[in-house]
Amino acid sequence: MTGLKNKCAIVGVGETTVGKLPTMSSTGIQLEAIRLALKDAQLRPADVDGLLAIQPADDPRRSYALSVAQAAGICPNYATDLALGGATPVAMVAHAAMAISAGLCEVVVCVLGHKQATGRLGDRRGRLRDGLEDFEEPFGVLGAPAVHAAVAARHMYEFGTTSEQLAAVAVAARRHASLNANATMRQQITVKDVLESRWIVKPFHLLDCCLVSDGGGAVVVTSSERARDLPQRPVYIRGFGEGHTQGPLESPTLTTLGGKHSSEGAYRMAEAGPKDIDFAELYDCFTAITIVTLEDYGFCAKGEGGPWAENGRIEIGGELPVNTHGGLLSQAHIEGMLHITEAVKQLRGGGVEVERQVKDAKLGIVSGHGANLGAHATLILGRHLD
Amino acid sequence: MVDYLKPLPVLDIEGRFFWESCKKHEMALQQCLSCKQFRYPPRSLCPRCHSPEAQWAPISGRGQVYVALVMCRSYGPAWEHDVPYNISLIDLEEGVRMWSNVIGCLAEEVKIGDRVEISYDDVTDDITLPKFRKA
Repeated sequence: MTGLKNKCAIVGVGETTVGKLPTMSSTGIQLEAIRLALKDAQLRPADVDGLLAIQPADDPRRSYALSVAQAAGICPNYATDLALGGATPVAMVAHAAMAISAGLCEVVVCVLGHKQATGRLGDRRGRLRDGLEDFEEPFGVLGAPAVHAAVAARHMYEFGTTSEQLAAVAVAARRHASLNANATMRQQITVKDVLESRWIVKPFHLLDCCLVSDGGGAVVVTSSERARDLPQRPVYIRGFGEGHTQGPLESPTLTTLGGKHSSEGAYRMAEAGPKDIDFAELYDCFTAITIVTLEDYGFCAKGEGGPWAENGRIEIGGELPVNTHGGLLSQAHIEGMLHITEAVKQLRGGGVEVERQVKDAKLGIVSGHGANLGAHATLILGRHLD
Repeated sequence: MVDYLKPLPVLDIEGRFFWESCKKHEMALQQCLSCKQFRYPPRSLCPRCHSPEAQWAPISGRGQVYVALVMCRSYGPAWEHDVPYNISLIDLEEGVRMWSNVIGCLAEEVKIGDRVEISYDDVTDDITLPKFRKA
């Protein structure tokens, strides 16, 4: 390990006017800082593939980095908020260098901007927002179901995907949950059961939608060297990628999401492809998202995910078992953490009920999806180092 | 006067002029003075070219349905009497996309590709929501 010495450089700086900025929002201040920095570096928004931000106190958001990236027309392969108080800017530079050194991205913008003097929480007090609620909620768009139903509606319109094909995803997840002692919904269902479950937001039935759950999960990560001294068979991180996109109002498409870029990065790092993957734990907030992810991850062509998910192909014993624990649809909604723990247990061998153990599992892929279509990350885990 | 229980937009720095233009029944969008692209939601910079220079330009009011959904679940007393209702993504002629509701017909009757025109809904004394009707 050679550390970060000499690996990266700062090539642009931006500073807004300072003092009192009553006519600018915190987001606006951050955007102005980014504009000036990119101008200094003579780079355009399209050149930027990483963004690090910090929540301003007056405008808490689920992900300030993604809010700012979307507003700035940046679709990063690496993005997050950091939170270390006044140490954050320094740490941002190091995190940017780590990401660049790891090959996740090439050009990272690190930004801080706030309204300590003139900022007010006002009507937003205590509310954790994405930042676009004013343009969604008055019209009845009250969270994930409608936004994700829009993906399904376009997928059906563009490719002829059917409700039966969405239902096949739910049936597969439920089958796996029925074999999992730590799953909420364990009674097997049929395609007919899904289609007869009540409408939530058309085209989604109740059984197209994830559960609402309490629960948690955690993983311990260390070096491969240190792992040798520890009791469990190590499961190695073989590849990682991220790909964040603009939301449904500003993205050119709703049927290809961040998983395309995210998985490309992960496969490249892992020096592997879809054919090498033995199973997939895919973030299944809604059935249509599993289908889009299968396509974006290259298991089938864009538009073919519907037929591909039918006839047991994504069940244990099929070509590519998906969500061997039952997923968000049938195990529980633990926001994807248990997709990782499940993948580890599968790769260790003997970690799950034998009826849902993937035979000869060597390489597994895990997807993470969020921020109302804007966020995506991919992990490839392996039983071996090669 | 019955209380309006549904969520209302907050008129903040970025959105104030947009919501005021809706109240006047003359919805306006920011148009970048540098690259001429219209943008929505309101933003302080052009997402394409980062120019901070923009003008608020009135829209034609014409658009097309990009996504049509039917909300069948009531998210509380405010929505009980509306269900089932249409939620749509509307592509405006100016090249922007917005969430809205197509009204004046059954929710099931709204289809992708339908041509629509803006229809202002004065939901409170202060707030007007831009909704749409089939053209």
